[in-house]
Amino acid sequence: MAETLITAQGLVKKFDDFVAVDGINFEVQRGEAFGFLGPNGAGKTSTMRMIAAVSPISGGSLQVLGLDPMTEGPRLRSRLGVVPQENNLDDEITVYDNLMMYGRYFDLPRAFLKDRISELLEFVQLTDKAHAKVAALSGGMKRRVTIARGLINEPDMFILDEPTTGLDPQARHVLWDRLYRLKQQGVTLIITTHYMDEAEQLCDRLVVMDGGKIVAEGPPRSLIEQHTPRDVVELRFAVGVLETLDGQIEELSDRTEILADRALIYTSDAEKTIALVNERGMEPETVLARRSTLEDVFLRLTGRTLVD
Amino acid sequence: MATPLAFRVFEAEMLIYRRTWIGSVFSGFLNPILYLVAMGVGLGSLVDANLPEGLDGVSYLTFLAPGLLVASAMQTGAAEGSWKVLGGIKWMPTWNARLATPVSVHALTLGHIYWSAARVLMVSASFAVVITLFGVTSPLQALGTLIPAMLVGVAMVAATTAYTVRLKTFTGIPVYLRFVVIPMFLLSGVFFPLSQLPGWIHPIAWVTPVYHGVEMARSIALGTTPFIASWISALYLTAWIVVGTALIVRPLRKQLTP
Repeated sequence: MAETLITAQGLVKKFDDFVAVDGINFEVQRGEAFGFLGPNGAGKTSTMRMIAAVSPISGGSLQVLGLDPMTEGPRLRSRLGVVPQENNLDDEITVYDNLMMYGRYFDLPRAFLKDRISELLEFVQLTDKAHAKVAALSGGMKRRVTIARGLINEPDMFILDEPTTGLDPQARHVLWDRLYRLKQQGVTLIITTHYMDEAEQLCDRLVVMDGGKIVAEGPPRSLIEQHTPRDVVELRFAVGVLETLDGQIEELSDRTEILADRALIYTSDAEKTIALVNERGMEPETVLARRSTLEDVFLRLTGRTLVD
Repeated sequence: MATPLAFRVFEAEMLIYRRTWIGSVFSGFLNPILYLVAMGVGLGSLVDANLPEGLDGVSYLTFLAPGLLVASAMQTGAAEGSWKVLGGIKWMPTWNARLATPVSVHALTLGHIYWSAARVLMVSASFAVVITLFGVTSPLQALGTLIPAMLVGVAMVAATTAYTVRLKTFTGIPVYLRFVVIPMFLLSGVFFPLSQLPGWIHPIAWVTPVYHGVEMARSIALGTTPFIASWISALYLTAWIVVGTALIVRPLRKQLTP
């Protein structure tokens, strides 16, 4: 029986009249990589902030590591690692000093921190930047420093809010590789993201959020299997052509989506669908057959795309 | 819990300060020298020529120096409580980062007050050294003026921070510095006795922390024994510190952990 690290029941977060999180239920087990997938404004960050005991809950109940975030905040935070969405390192001091300063907030002894910092900088591959000012680092490097910082207290649970938003593809892959290693070491990861590839790569289990509610829950693969056919054919047309095809796309399959720039046809047999497209004399500029992803699940559940 | 972690916050501020300390130590000595030369010696020679018996029985330089020391403590307090705080919660949100750790809003507030007090002490101590070098007071008297300087400086930190954490945008800061701090600097008996001003200004000056500090410092530096008024002033300034600090916590919590 796995140990439950987070239990949320009917969890609500309100800002005055605005309901950011609207009565959600979920559980996270030790050793899991658990994801919150959803577009901006879905309530992911609000949920994370409540878990990390930096935002009071407005309703329902929440238990994290067996503690109440509302009344045992400092004790709970001493066992969490947090990577916030917004970079809040001190730009004007060195990487080493940032980590030392942060470690001291946990009341950890300097001698311990000295070793821990060199260990962590090695882990995030920034040993040679230890004495560089944070301001001089690239976005990807700053993120890695923030990850090292979040791990300084050997946390029981590591919380990352949009860890790769705003990073270039190469920096994202370096980061994913590091997070994957943590996962293999058995660190419990909580990740929010609006990138479906990130969620698919890193998460064992995830919830899909939209408008403050959880609209689906499960491992990425089974969510895809449950909610959408196996294959997708994407058709792109020259500007203006899509609008003239009224009705014809929808006849190709039980499930189609017309987006601003392309049409998606969900099917169990991509080749057959493409043959049908040619037979009907449609002339798309490009035809792409691919496997369904979480993006398609999200589209199915909410009628909207994840990243606008 | 809050107390030891407040010292960790203090420690962090010290680490950050190390980066800029040379410039700040330099200006810590340069400012008082400039002011005392220009106002105390330059302007002072004209004042003294008109007042053979002196101002309050002493030369203008001697009259001016203790008050100016307290005024510089006040300005340090105002700066630490305004731009510094706004920086930590808005521009480079390092205060948010602290709250993700066991540091609580209480510890954060106290750590900020402790560190600002240390800054006030640094600025006031270098001022006291300069005053002694100018021969205005004995070293012991100069040391004594640090007490009102600290009280005023920390009262200003607490009150200013309580104001800053209630601001939605930064525009409230220049307004405060221009229309509250500068008038206090000019009209609280630092440059001339309050009796030179129209009577309706007096009650306003009595309310300000800096007036009480200036009176205390002058009484210490001019060798008059601390009379009952000094004790009342000290109590009054302590109340500013306690009430100001208490008024920081709630809005800061609302700002940083909504």
